[in-house]
Amino acid sequence: MKRITLSILAVAAAVCVVLAFGACSGSESDTIKIGGLYPLSGPVAVYGVEAKNGVELAIEEINTAGGIDGKMVSLIAEDDEGNPEKTVNAYKKLTAKDGVKMIIGSLTSGCTQAITSLAQAQKVVVVAPAATMASITDAGDYIFRVCFIDPFQGTVGAKFSAENLGKKRAAVLYDVGNDYSVGLYENFKIAFEAAGGTMVAEESYNTGDKDFNAQLTKIKNADPDVVYLPDYYSTVALIARQLRAQGITVPIVGADGWGGITENAGDEVLNGFYSDHYAADSTDAKVIEFVSKYKTKYSATPTAFAALGYDAMYVIKDAIVAAGTTDIAKVRDAINATSGSYVTGNLTFDAKRNPTKSAVMLEIVKKDGALTPVYKATVNP
Amino acid sequence: MLLPRYTRQPLIPDPGFVLYIDARRLVLLTIFIQQLVNGLSLGSIYALIALGYTMVYGIVKLINFAHGEILMVGAYTAYYVLRTVGASPLGLALAFAAAMIVCGITGITIERFAYRPLRSSPRLNSLITAIAMSLILQNGVRVLPFAGPNPRQFPTMDTIMVPFGAVSVSNIQIIVITVSIVLMLILNYIINWTKTGKAMRAVSFDMQAASLMGISVNRIIAFTFALGSVLAAAGGILYATAYPQIEPTMGAMPGLKAFVAAVLGGIGSVPGAMLGGYILGVAETMTKGFLSSQFADAISFSILILILLVKPTGIMGQKTRVKV
Repeated sequence: MKRITLSILAVAAAVCVVLAFGACSGSESDTIKIGGLYPLSGPVAVYGVEAKNGVELAIEEINTAGGIDGKMVSLIAEDDEGNPEKTVNAYKKLTAKDGVKMIIGSLTSGCTQAITSLAQAQKVVVVAPAATMASITDAGDYIFRVCFIDPFQGTVGAKFSAENLGKKRAAVLYDVGNDYSVGLYENFKIAFEAAGGTMVAEESYNTGDKDFNAQLTKIKNADPDVVYLPDYYSTVALIARQLRAQGITVPIVGADGWGGITENAGDEVLNGFYSDHYAADSTDAKVIEFVSKYKTKYSATPTAFAALGYDAMYVIKDAIVAAGTTDIAKVRDAINATSGSYVTGNLTFDAKRNPTKSAVMLEIVKKDGALTPVYKATVNP
Repeated sequence: MLLPRYTRQPLIPDPGFVLYIDARRLVLLTIFIQQLVNGLSLGSIYALIALGYTMVYGIVKLINFAHGEILMVGAYTAYYVLRTVGASPLGLALAFAAAMIVCGITGITIERFAYRPLRSSPRLNSLITAIAMSLILQNGVRVLPFAGPNPRQFPTMDTIMVPFGAVSVSNIQIIVITVSIVLMLILNYIINWTKTGKAMRAVSFDMQAASLMGISVNRIIAFTFALGSVLAAAGGILYATAYPQIEPTMGAMPGLKAFVAAVLGGIGSVPGAMLGGYILGVAETMTKGFLSSQFADAISFSILILILLVKPTGIMGQKTRVKV
């Protein structure tokens, strides 16, 4: 009995010490802590790794230049595996244990949606780099994003297919269990029909499916001249493979979820186009500078996720500079008032804290034996 | 009531209309056959995996839930072989050999260290151990530095379409269907025509009596696990060739479907597992093709429930009398 009491006392003492130190490190304010929530492993790992690289590159530049108002920026990154439940756990760890007040993440719409209302209630600023689902920022005025939204992106895909490619008969294969995929499909359909085209096949599958032959056989028999595949790169790679194997040779069109597909698929994605946030081969001075810096540090061409992560960090930095303080309500107001030029274009927030930006269409081509996305067209909102 | 023949003819002869109907029927038939081929190719993979479940169950009355993970180990082994030697027919043959050896050894090891010590304990203990083995293998591969949690692209041969009239079949589908049929024929030969096969049947029939007749039960059980794992390795490679993406959790879903196929066909029955695999594959594909993809899993599992309601031992399962 005595031993138990003693051990309880010991634990209590230890907890006190930890709390005391915790409080201590919380009050010390010569660093600005940024929380990062990314899928660093799992089926959408490319997004997370790229975005983390982008954020780290931005932080390195900021710290080399003397920090923000003399304060160094430190990043605490957590892996959410692209899984909404794990995002919530990682978010709780960041806010409760690390005392983070500003978060960049997460990358997919589903994961970001999982934390927005929590963050709003706890007054934590969330800047989502690439969560394009329309309802993400509905949670409240602490939630921002630096990317365009799905209604726009679906429209871009449809307009591009109908006008630039001159297609009339579209087929869609989408994931019914994924808000991102469903949102893109709905908006693609509206815009494609408005542009005078017909939807000849609208097929779906469930998240995690690997066999698409049945749906693709139906699509093939509907004889489309373009197929829209709104999903993430790892699924699209599987679909594209089976689609070409079925002898469907028409162009395939997708959205920003395709970023990273070139390393994860083979020649079957050739004759493929996707809407994205920026083009790495753009001639814009900011893009050229970013791409060259990124290439020096990571020896790879950055995808849009890296650029968006980089921009998200700079939006936060500029807001803290403008607010002159790290007081979270003032930083929030400063982000809301952002008006500047970033790697992925000019950025101002509308009433729902969504940026007004243009999209680019990229085409996947084979260059020196490797698949590369190249700039094809710009579509304005 | 049968209408008189002439009323079926159009009043005004319209050959265009008649042709249209015929063309439509032809298209429907073509789609049906095409979906049937898709279903058979998926079903033959399920059948291969289901054989492993059913053989192990037939002999030690254990549902080896780690079977799906053996499939994953096979796919990963093949991945490394194919990446080194290239995805040629010869490379594929090498990959099959390597994956079968690795999986055979894995199967024997699991049996020796996880299941054999528990053979005389209640069946629930072995079942839970099997689930644990499955999780250990999944997460073990996740933390291996050279495998990791991220999906990888499985190297495959280029797809070539082979037309059969209006229906076209890809070379991968042909490989999947033929390899699985050949393997099932070999398995059938081993079970029914060799001495070891006879011993396997004897152990399955009555383990104690078999051991009294001088059969080394441990050796036969180890051999059964090796045989099942070899088939799982083949199933894994075929699955990864058809759906070229591998990840540590890839075995879970096909493993579950194959388990359903085994139960459907009558667990413990080898021809039943093959039949169950084909039924499940075709049912799934037909549902996706003619109804909706959302019903695919629901319908395949409903078939299982229906069959178990009507015939609790599965399609080809035999009623066993328990002697007290």
